[in-house]
Amino acid sequence: MTLSGRVWRFGDDVNTDVIAPGIYMKSPLEEMAEHCLESVDASFAAMVEAGDIIVAGKNFGLGSSREQAAQVLKHLGVAAVIAPSFGGIFYRNAFNWGLPAIVCTAIDGIQMSQRIEVDLAAGSISNLDSGESVASDAIPEHLMGLIDAGGLVPYLEKTLKS
Amino acid sequence: MQQTIAQKIIAKAAGADHVSVGDIVTCAVDLAMIHDSGGPRRVKPILERLGVGVWDASKIVLISDHYAPCVDAESAAILKLTREWAAEHNILNFYDQQGICHVVTPERGHLGPGMFAVGGDSHSPTGGAFGAYMFGIGATDMAGVLATGETWIRVPGTIRINWTGAFGPGVAAKDMALKMCAALGMDVGDYQAIEYGGDTVAGLDMMERMTLANMAAELGAQTGIVAPDEITAAYVTNAGADPGNWQVFLSDAGADYLAVHEFEAGQLGPQVAAPHSPANAADVGDADKAHIDQFYIGACTGAKLNDLQMAASVLKGRKVAPGKRLTVAPASSRILAEATRNGTMQILMDAGANLLPTGCGACAGYGVGTLAEDEVCLASTARNFQGRMGAKTSMVYLASPYTVAASAVTGTITDPRELLGDAP
Repeated sequence: MTLSGRVWRFGDDVNTDVIAPGIYMKSPLEEMAEHCLESVDASFAAMVEAGDIIVAGKNFGLGSSREQAAQVLKHLGVAAVIAPSFGGIFYRNAFNWGLPAIVCTAIDGIQMSQRIEVDLAAGSISNLDSGESVASDAIPEHLMGLIDAGGLVPYLEKTLKS
Repeated sequence: MQQTIAQKIIAKAAGADHVSVGDIVTCAVDLAMIHDSGGPRRVKPILERLGVGVWDASKIVLISDHYAPCVDAESAAILKLTREWAAEHNILNFYDQQGICHVVTPERGHLGPGMFAVGGDSHSPTGGAFGAYMFGIGATDMAGVLATGETWIRVPGTIRINWTGAFGPGVAAKDMALKMCAALGMDVGDYQAIEYGGDTVAGLDMMERMTLANMAAELGAQTGIVAPDEITAAYVTNAGADPGNWQVFLSDAGADYLAVHEFEAGQLGPQVAAPHSPANAADVGDADKAHIDQFYIGACTGAKLNDLQMAASVLKGRKVAPGKRLTVAPASSRILAEATRNGTMQILMDAGANLLPTGCGACAGYGVGTLAEDEVCLASTARNFQGRMGAKTSMVYLASPYTVAASAVTGTITDPRELLGDAP
């Protein structure tokens, strides 16, 4: 599976409290999504487009187990998140919502707004603007199964029937 | 083959003699803990879509704490849905507004050593204090557990953190946790298991061990385990836990650790973490003299019985500084009852604290006591990410209940040892 899209660049330790702020946890997902990452980049929720890819620093998604963090990113059209490491619960939640979370330590050459192409199975990221290619960790097979199914619920729908 | 506690519990849950680090295995779940925010309102539509009920109602503990008490029509509706779902699925282990899930679950005898348990909340590593393997998962993962009774896990490596020696008056497990966040960073855990050891940890009571295990979440670990011993056995027996569910696992001598970290408790002083990260912790003497609006004793991390007693030991005979507010939200109704019986609450009330109903309260910005734009709070909670306790420009400093109480008296961040050594 190959994805290509425009990059949103974030720093280290982007936590789930800023991705999906607690005070909007009673609100419909659409409203919560309007406040996604607002304390880090006030333009993000309004400007992000379907197919965009987040490239962030280490420990993306640390903190609360609220899966709305993965859900709002998916809702806003984010196609994948790439980071050197992830908060463990966010990592699971992302795949459960069909959002690929890709581990890659060689992200320094990727800049805001550049276009990149990601090959999930091969574990490679090509920077279409700079021409540079870097290796990412391949997504484990059982998690690729979740991505192929579109998330854990459709996956369970299939497996519980069979 | 020598194994750690984590490997042994996971092997048992996976029905294997032995598991290796990095293996992906499917485990049978002994306990699934869910709360009103990530629980029924999220899992109900998924279970309905899958056309299944819950796998075993007796292994589910449901607790309303995030929106307890409700403050508006939306939160009232969430609690109503929670109660209706509990009735529909015959969830007998349902505790409605009786306290915070991480505290109520062991308090009511649902946790014991050796259990493989999941919780729908990131502070679920708290269960590791009881020698269980307990970790947090999201709502969709939880729906999968409720439907099948199983979940997958990548067998973690174990990181050993040893504390030796005794800490002095005015210092607590919360200071140990903040010190580790600053010294090791919030990603040292790397979603592996942390195992706390050393004579300091062995000497802690269960509530202090819970604080340590709870903040394994802030170290980035999947869980934080303390080896079960007589102190564990006494607590779980007293809580009425079913001994049939226990199995004491200990790490083998010579088991492989990913890393071993050593800390000296004797050198530990009170810690304060500046906004917006627990990893900003430093000695209280180095903390800035920030303007503080609200002093908060609350949460699973910082409002258990011993936490309230720490605050009372500082506040006895003293008053909250004029113009400041000290807000207290006990971590469970049983804790509130006991703290009332033993005089702790009287001390807090006499000092001028205002009391919130038990629940998660202001900690995650869901409940009562949240912060307005630009307000600053010094809290005994676990996490101080930007905007967590309310408006996005609000700020949170973290400290122990001793330090929060001492600072409430002076109105600014204060070393509690200055007050403890000088009773009024």
